[in-house]
Amino acid sequence: MTQPLHLGHSRPRKEGRAKVTGAAHYTDDVRMEGLLHGATVRSPVPRGILRGIQFGDGIPWNEFVIVTAKDVPGDPMVALIEHDQPFLVADRINHAEEAVLLLAHEDRFLLERARAAVRLEIEALPPLLDLEDSLACKEVVWGQDNLFKELLIEKGEVDSVWKTAAHIVEGEYRTGAQEQLYIEPNGTIAVADAGGVTVWGSLQCPYYVHKAIKSLFNLSDDQVRIIQMETGGGFGGKEDYPSLIAGHAALLSMKAGGRPVKIIYDREEDMVATTKRHPSRTRIRSAFDTEGTLLALDLDFAIDGGAYVTLTPVVLSRGAIHAGGPYRCANTRIHARAVATNTPPHGAFRGFGAPQSLFAIERHMDVAAAQLGMDPIALRKRNLLKMGDTTATGQIIKETLDLPGILDRALEKLDYVSKKHQYDITNRASAPIKKGVGFAVFMHGCGFTGAGETYLASVAGVEGRSDGKVYVLAASTEIGQGTNTMFSQVVAEALRVPMECVEVAQPDTAVVPNSGPTVASRTCMVVGKLVQDAAQGLRQTLVQSGLLPEPYDGEAFSRAVKAYLEKFGRLKAYSQYSTPPHIVWDDQLYKGDAYTTFAWACYAAEVIVDTRTFEVKVEDFVALQEVGRVLNPVLAEGQIEGGVAQGIGYGLSEQVVWNNGRMANGQMTNYIMATSADLPRIRVYFEENPYALGPGGAKGIGELPMDGPAPALLNAVQHALGTTLPREIPLTPERLMEILEPSNA
Amino acid sequence: MARLLDVIREELDLTGTKEGCGEGECGACSVFLDGKLVNSCLVPAAQAQGAELRTIEGVADGEQLHGVQAAFLECGGAQCGICTPGMVMAAVDLLRRCPQPDEAQIRDGLAGNLCRCTGYVKIVDSVASAAKRAVAVAEQALQAGAGANP
Ligand code: FES
Ligand code: FES
Repeated sequence: MTQPLHLGHSRPRKEGRAKVTGAAHYTDDVRMEGLLHGATVRSPVPRGILRGIQFGDGIPWNEFVIVTAKDVPGDPMVALIEHDQPFLVADRINHAEEAVLLLAHEDRFLLERARAAVRLEIEALPPLLDLEDSLACKEVVWGQDNLFKELLIEKGEVDSVWKTAAHIVEGEYRTGAQEQLYIEPNGTIAVADAGGVTVWGSLQCPYYVHKAIKSLFNLSDDQVRIIQMETGGGFGGKEDYPSLIAGHAALLSMKAGGRPVKIIYDREEDMVATTKRHPSRTRIRSAFDTEGTLLALDLDFAIDGGAYVTLTPVVLSRGAIHAGGPYRCANTRIHARAVATNTPPHGAFRGFGAPQSLFAIERHMDVAAAQLGMDPIALRKRNLLKMGDTTATGQIIKETLDLPGILDRALEKLDYVSKKHQYDITNRASAPIKKGVGFAVFMHGCGFTGAGETYLASVAGVEGRSDGKVYVLAASTEIGQGTNTMFSQVVAEALRVPMECVEVAQPDTAVVPNSGPTVASRTCMVVGKLVQDAAQGLRQTLVQSGLLPEPYDGEAFSRAVKAYLEKFGRLKAYSQYSTPPHIVWDDQLYKGDAYTTFAWACYAAEVIVDTRTFEVKVEDFVALQEVGRVLNPVLAEGQIEGGVAQGIGYGLSEQVVWNNGRMANGQMTNYIMATSADLPRIRVYFEENPYALGPGGAKGIGELPMDGPAPALLNAVQHALGTTLPREIPLTPERLMEILEPSNA
Repeated sequence: MARLLDVIREELDLTGTKEGCGEGECGACSVFLDGKLVNSCLVPAAQAQGAELRTIEGVADGEQLHGVQAAFLECGGAQCGICTPGMVMAAVDLLRRCPQPDEAQIRDGLAGNLCRCTGYVKIVDSVASAAKRAVAVAEQALQAGAGANP
């Protein structure tokens, strides 16, 4: 086999130069003639009926463009899974911060004053704000029973085990909401005129917005054009929400006779109004034999979806499938429910349900080890999945898999065993500082869940253009994770040309095909593969035309592209996803191959707990994973490091404080994400095990690092303090105080 | 009241300076005002009257990247890039005050700038690499100078 030219090498970020010089163009950097600024008036109450709108004195209202639900020309609901979320409140208010009225003006300072001068007359209704209250139907705020989705995954005979099992371990685990906190807030610009609607925005999924705008305005495919601008982070937070903002900007533009309207959220608006990670509660009942073999797992997994369905069913599905963890268990039942409350809809955030359920099971394994009097390593090693085993959905692991080895090597990097021994002794002293080590073993399914990829049938392509370069055509967006660079490497490899011969076309629905949303760690593994196949097709076309004699260099290749275009006018190749024949999924029974493959990992952490201040400091962190082959080590490490940092925040500090259904700490000052001074050097290790169906052997990588840090950290806290009580994240100092000094709290 | 950030972005049309929070927390709006690193979202425009302003657009020397920018590019210090202009300004400021920082000094020096993408590892590495490169360049210059000056 020829040596890879590019794959496996740390090629510098394709758009990196523009980013380090400040030249990169984000949505708010766009200048347009006649631009109006748009603003959103929102409900201050979580539930009620809108009775009237008052426009206060002192504002020249006649200068303003004003839009209400009455101005909507087409489907008033955002087109996603269910059409249940309105672009604007007509009469029913279902969550605080729900958009009621839109304003636009040239002067954004006056606009701000105007927004504050609008008064909404609302007849308040009793809100439903708690997950358990919703399950108990204390109020019914959605459908017959508040249930957005319910799933049951069953394997074996769970209830046959309890009577005879040597040990039964039970536990309940909770996770809070988490804000994506991309540093660039949401924003879009729209022009809506007789020709249709064009949107420029900070977004992950151009074709989601395309679908929503089409139905909002009753337009055809080619009357709507969505263009992604440079995007300053997404993490799932710019997956579905941009459809709503784009709709708002477009409605204002339509009413303003086609003038461009720009809506840029400020930090607080972004934090309080847009989606967050679903809060969750997991109850686990487990049975073990005397040796620690897992005999049965009974899981009750529930998530709070907020006021509308949005992406919740899919989040629930991924969370449920991951709930059993990386363990072999003959008798498993996973009962999963997602319910409605009157909080702003919870949505996509890196990990998509898996960080919640994996936190529970990985925390539970340490609780179980303590109850069984076993070492947590030994307990896991008895039960870890290996090749030939089946997961909770009955998926057979067909690839080589060495989880005990992954576990051993991660722990070795942390020097876990000797530290554990040492701290067992030193923690006995009365000193207020305690130290601990902990770890978590986990997996993340790559690509869409179940039949998702089959249903999407994504298309991506490549095109030779007159500058002699080949352009990648995909709707998959660069949001910081390295899409541009990775696509360029894959295509340059397939064409066997230098990186400079390849460019990535700006995601613009008028130019690129629908390669599906930029989510689910699918861009590299799924779309990268399509792009690779398309590039191989293009190369073959050139070679067969006789215009590209081998061997060739970059210049000869560019000449051949130009010559081909002169002769034939067009040089494009596309590839469409088709499900590998051995992948079988039953969406009714929730059985079969939930994912084409999984990425696997063990993360290990060392913490210092100060029992006076109740602070937990992360002293060392090791992230070791198997993600197929690594296409670009620097970018891949960067993905893991960034994900781990978010995971540490999820576990320890990032608390959304709710007050009557509103986020009370919607500022960076009081929603605490880590600075460079708060974090240790995150140590990243890859174990390579090429995946046959990924480009260059790669699997998905982006979400995996979100899953492991929280349970690893709380397991380390359990070790430091000798108590299994930490069961809820984030484990803030206040929460730790409640555990250690319940009488003071 | 207009902030220095608004004047920079809207009147001067220098859009490399970013707004991440508008409340002095994220550092995306960092610029040099009379040589001092400030969060331009916290400075009233009027206060900048007559002061010397340097933004990210003035860091590279034409096509020639500043050592810090080159290091960010090489070491993977930029992901989504929205924090990058501010980070580069903070790093330039740090290296000016402390030309050979150790890891703890770099972490402290950048603690006023938030990054949600990187977990800071590659940013720290970028700054360390820029510091090393600056020494190498200075030594070369010294040697070249010594050679020319018998
Ligand atoms: S925008 Fe100025 S500090 Fe965040
Ligand atoms: S690179 Fe995205 S916030 Fe720093």
